[in-house]
Amino acid sequence: MISLLGRAAVLLGLAACATGAVTGVVAAVRQSEEALKWTRALAYAFSACMVVATVLMEVALLTHDFSVSYVAEVGSLATPVWVTIVSLWSSLNGSILLWGLVLGVFVGGFTWSTRDQSPLQVPWALAVALGVGVFFTFLVAGIANPFTPTPSPIPTDGPGPNPLLQNHVLMIIHPPFLYLGYVGMTIPFAMGAAALLAGRLDAAWVRRLRSWMLLPWGFLTVGIVLGGWWSYEVLGWGGWWAWDPVENASFLPWLTATAFLHSAMVMERREQLRGWTLSLVLGTFLLTLLGTFMTRSGIFNSVHTFTESPIGPVFLGFLAIALLFSLGLLAFRLDAITAEDTTSPAGLTRDTAFAFNNMLFSAFTFMVLMGTVYPLLNEAITGTQISVGQPWFDRWGAPIGLSIVFLMGVGPALPWGRAATPDQLRRVGVAAGVGALVAGICAAAGLRSAWPLATFGLSAFALVVTLDAMLAPARARAQARGEALGQAALVVARSARRRYGGYIVHIGVLMVVVAHAAATAYQTRETLTLKVGESGTAGDYTLTYEGAAWQEQPHRRSLVATFALADTSGPIGQVTPRLNHYRKMGTPIGTPEVRSGLRHDLYFSLVNVDEKAGFASIDVHDKPMVIWLWLGGLVMVFGTVISAWPSRRSSESVPPAAATLPQPAVGV
Amino acid sequence: MSAPQAPVAPARGITPALQRRLFLVGALLVAGGALSAVAFGDLGESLVYFWDPTQMAAAGEDAVGATIRLGGVVKAGSVEWQQDRGSLKFIVSDGKTEVAVEATGAPPQMFREGIGVVVEGTLTQSGVFASDRLMVKHSNEYKAPEGDMSADERKELYSTVEGL
Repeated sequence: MISLLGRAAVLLGLAACATGAVTGVVAAVRQSEEALKWTRALAYAFSACMVVATVLMEVALLTHDFSVSYVAEVGSLATPVWVTIVSLWSSLNGSILLWGLVLGVFVGGFTWSTRDQSPLQVPWALAVALGVGVFFTFLVAGIANPFTPTPSPIPTDGPGPNPLLQNHVLMIIHPPFLYLGYVGMTIPFAMGAAALLAGRLDAAWVRRLRSWMLLPWGFLTVGIVLGGWWSYEVLGWGGWWAWDPVENASFLPWLTATAFLHSAMVMERREQLRGWTLSLVLGTFLLTLLGTFMTRSGIFNSVHTFTESPIGPVFLGFLAIALLFSLGLLAFRLDAITAEDTTSPAGLTRDTAFAFNNMLFSAFTFMVLMGTVYPLLNEAITGTQISVGQPWFDRWGAPIGLSIVFLMGVGPALPWGRAATPDQLRRVGVAAGVGALVAGICAAAGLRSAWPLATFGLSAFALVVTLDAMLAPARARAQARGEALGQAALVVARSARRRYGGYIVHIGVLMVVVAHAAATAYQTRETLTLKVGESGTAGDYTLTYEGAAWQEQPHRRSLVATFALADTSGPIGQVTPRLNHYRKMGTPIGTPEVRSGLRHDLYFSLVNVDEKAGFASIDVHDKPMVIWLWLGGLVMVFGTVISAWPSRRSSESVPPAAATLPQPAVGV
Repeated sequence: MSAPQAPVAPARGITPALQRRLFLVGALLVAGGALSAVAFGDLGESLVYFWDPTQMAAAGEDAVGATIRLGGVVKAGSVEWQQDRGSLKFIVSDGKTEVAVEATGAPPQMFREGIGVVVEGTLTQSGVFASDRLMVKHSNEYKAPEGDMSADERKELYSTVEGL
């Protein structure tokens, strides 16, 4: 029954968005209000169908309706209710449905936010967004249909979802954030394409486009940070970023979207960089498609077997269509909107800093893209399997990243469109002095190696400039009006929320950059193998192995090893890292014990336990500043929310859907 | 703030605007090419090779010093694990060729004879594979490859081991 209803909902959704895409084009070409009304109605219908389909799937999962193939694939009577609910995204077909839901919600939100306006671009944007919807609904209705009936005999129980889902709560929440980020990029893509199709790109549309980019950008940021955190908390190797293709897939659109968020500010102020900025918008969407293709098709297992899953080739086809569409738009329609381009003012201006910023982000994107795709091309051509090692990414990522940090310091100190005054240059000089001082102090304190020292110095420089840019207007106001500094700062920040939000994001980025550099450069790791009762030392810490015991839980058995931990001044407590064995999985998954502190993390990962001989091996990592990675991520989210929160006075400029950003992210 | 702009009439042919754009595209191409040359010139030495013992043997001297992920099966009776010294030695075999491996650190929980493993490291001059990372592939479905493992099976092995 649910199988039938679900398929009906999906097919209705497919019909709605296919028709809506057509009426959208009609509305745009004929300037027909009537057709636009129909397009909006069909867009809402599409959203509703996706919501209904998802609700039906959740009902099927919760009622253990094994006649639905997806439930038979991932359901189990034994799993707890919350696991059953989230198993919607534990496997390919379900996550494609979730994808459809997110797209439906985004399209619905966009339609709603433009409901009482009809600028030239709106019908085109709706048509393009619904066109993308056709592809995803086609996937849900066709090759990745989770509602297909289970061939008889219908099983009475299922295997349950991927055990990784149950191993850590971050595994449950980080994929939806990535989806929200990926799928959300559809709206800026549709808006960018609409500007080209309509031949019109005014400042209001750019502002709105930027807001709709900021929202998925925020989600993507959260998704990436949570992904790194999950890797750190679960995988047991003590790292959070390995330049793995799956990680790169999410980082690439983040890079281009970040570049866009900056170049769009130039575009709002003066009529320039339009073709470039729109290319970034279109490119970001293409990179999300490429990322989905790479992570979903299994192409990284082998170039030769990815065709075994029909998802791969279909995605590749859609990617090709989207690429041709984008290139065609840029080639044939760009002239319509760039006619008014003016040249940029030369010299040491903020405009120049933004231009360099965009070059660096593009270079970064190019580098990561090549390093990720090169092994695929190489295997396709020569048949040999290779991968590009982490050191190569680090070698190129570090200088590019640090150059971006440098610009992050220079940019806010320079004025728009005219050369900096001597006073402004003096302030940059002071900040640079502080940066050099910080690097010097770190070196004097015994820290070595050039990259981290350069990172600390440049980050301090950027931080001083950022704080100055935030405080200077407040100080000026406080002086002029005789207000208290705090009060003046609040008033100023409220009147320029978008800018202040951006500065807060910058501070978050600096926290992440400094923490990453410190933790990577100054971490230590030691492996101890101890007999029961035996003690070993790792750095300043002493571990005594007390024994191991099995702990039974409904969905897993865990082998918990207990160590007594002491530092030079005495015992600190017990450390209990574990190895979890899941019913349907041969390899145990660890739960390392992480003792986080503001200065450093102690990270204990159980390597093996020999119960018979009474031995246990444990990896002990001492990693400085790791917690600042996650705190920096939180600050970035906070800044994004400040920036994107719809203002009451001009509800026009920011989409209402932006209001949904904060809550889930802060609770993490 | 923004300067007043003079309206520009659309024109045909090679306008100054088009010239500028062509120049810009050319400059971008040159810059991109230069960047690629610099960035990818050293790509070769950063590659990680996915090899089995036979492929590594075929690579000869090239394998010495290169980063390699060697996949195969731990040969029965070859494991020497000295807890007190943290020294782990074993032989990885693909049925045709055998390679002696010296790993640092402790063996992971499921490590045992006859199991599929991937070791990352490099071949030393002495012909011993020095590994600093050892990953185990074990699942209920898993069958130890007998002799020949196709390229795809081997890749699948790597990915399952890493693919969390």
